[in-house]
Amino acid sequence: MYSEKVMDHFTNPRNVGEIENPDGVGQVGNPSCGDIMKITLRVEDNVIKDIKFKTFGCGAAVATSSMVTEMAMGKTIEEALQITNKSVAEALEGLPPAKMHCSNLAADALKAAIEDYLKKQNA
Amino acid sequence: MRKVYFDHSATTPVDPAVAEEMMKYLTEHFGNPSSIHAFGREARKAVEKARQQVATAIGASSVGEIAFTGTGTEADNMAIRGVAYANRHKGNHIITSAVEHSAVLNCCKQLEREGFSVTVLPPDQYGRVTAQQVADAITDKTILITIMHANNEIGTIMPIKEISEVARERKIIFHTDAVQSVGKIHVNVDELGVDLLTLSGHKIYGPKGVGAMYIRKGTFWHPIMFGGGQERRRRPGTENVAGIVGLGKAVELATQRMHADAERLSKYRDRIISKVLEKIPHTILTGHPKERLPNHVSFCFRFIEGESMLLMLDMKGIAISSGSACTSGSLEPSHVLTAIGLSKEVAHGSLRLTMGKDNTEEDVEYFLETLPPIIERLRAMSPLSEGCNPCACSTCTVHEEDHHHDHGEIEEEF
Ligand SMILES: Cc1ncc(COP(=O)(O)O)c(C=O)c1O
Ligand code: FES
Repeated sequence: MYSEKVMDHFTNPRNVGEIENPDGVGQVGNPSCGDIMKITLRVEDNVIKDIKFKTFGCGAAVATSSMVTEMAMGKTIEEALQITNKSVAEALEGLPPAKMHCSNLAADALKAAIEDYLKKQNA
Repeated sequence: MRKVYFDHSATTPVDPAVAEEMMKYLTEHFGNPSSIHAFGREARKAVEKARQQVATAIGASSVGEIAFTGTGTEADNMAIRGVAYANRHKGNHIITSAVEHSAVLNCCKQLEREGFSVTVLPPDQYGRVTAQQVADAITDKTILITIMHANNEIGTIMPIKEISEVARERKIIFHTDAVQSVGKIHVNVDELGVDLLTLSGHKIYGPKGVGAMYIRKGTFWHPIMFGGGQERRRRPGTENVAGIVGLGKAVELATQRMHADAERLSKYRDRIISKVLEKIPHTILTGHPKERLPNHVSFCFRFIEGESMLLMLDMKGIAISSGSACTSGSLEPSHVLTAIGLSKEVAHGSLRLTMGKDNTEEDVEYFLETLPPIIERLRAMSPLSEGCNPCACSTCTVHEEDHHHDHGEIEEEF
């Protein structure tokens, strides 16, 4: 059902956890299935220096969370905002059609974390 | 790696002795049971022998009360719709429960669209409905009561005898889906007091794609399929001879094995229940603690999701299942888990373990060793934990209802 890449990220998820005193926090719930994801960021000079996730969800949710953190790490805020659920799914060599919605969760959580960071910057 | 199959409520392997019987009717004795020649007669003999085996296993007084069907689902449809259509002149009301298999629930929903009125009884926290609830729901329009014998997801056994007494007294036809109970606990149509009962081959080491409907003599019923004269016109179509032979043999073997298996497996079951509850905090046993199938264990582990658990156990060679929304295809949590009052979030962490005749004590110990670290790992990865629910205080509104519940619980604890 899942690609090797998905199983790899599910089995050995990258960047699990929570950053203490993060510069940005994003937490979203998936309205289709009820899953929850939380992303914390540390940003220096507009670059994502560290990023961690926590996920309450299926295998695809864990794998997309892990992938999204890997993709965002080291990117500038502007670059990271370009990451979409589609690009996450593609990086994972595809998801089963019934699991496409899980990738929304990861992209949305990242976006929420970045927005939180930007809001704090402007405050 | 050790391979442990703990998903016998989903399906079972065909017993080699059953497969051996079946093979002969695929190759050598391939005749059509309706044919008059020797080939046909050989096949007919086999079908009738299987009918006797099923009748004996469930205590039917005559072989004429057994009709073979394509699946358990088809048998449920035949029983329910057959009674509904045949008794429409008397009334249009059907009583069922919220924890039925979808073969029953969706069949009742369809009848609702066709103008029948259906009462779906809510179960208690263990998944049981009472005879009193049934009695209270009966109207002068009630023509059918359909309540399952044992639940596939949470293993709970329904008080069928008590319910059938109510049905008898009010002269209402009573059907029970016994797909999960046959071969695991004692099933006798007279003792249970049912008018119709359905069973399926692949849950009892028989083949998939064959089932049976018991219908008590004198029960007012119409066929729902039309064609040739097979199965006394109850289920037209050339018989699945090999499948029927397999079902007959399987039900016979299951009955012989039942007591020994139940004694052994219920010890494993109770050990798993007590060990898991002891080792893993925030665990809820789903289904009835005592009135449950001897091979059936089911839990909800809070703060984690079932599919992740299932995948991790699968990587360790253990096959189980879950009623989590993420595993359901529809993305809704199991209707059984929500019917017994579990929140969406708790239902998310559901696990069902169903043992079978070939499972050993070593399998049980292996599971008990393997599970706790998996739960721990997933919990470490989860944004939820006791008293801390990030999305309750932020942008996420998905679990709003659940979280009120959470906070309530925690306030009580302190
Ligand atoms: C309680 C119950 N009823 C009916 C069925 C359907 O049986 P079948 O798979 O033969 O259609 C099942 C099997 O999943 C079941 O568990
Ligand atoms: S996140 Fe629930 S199905 Fe994937």
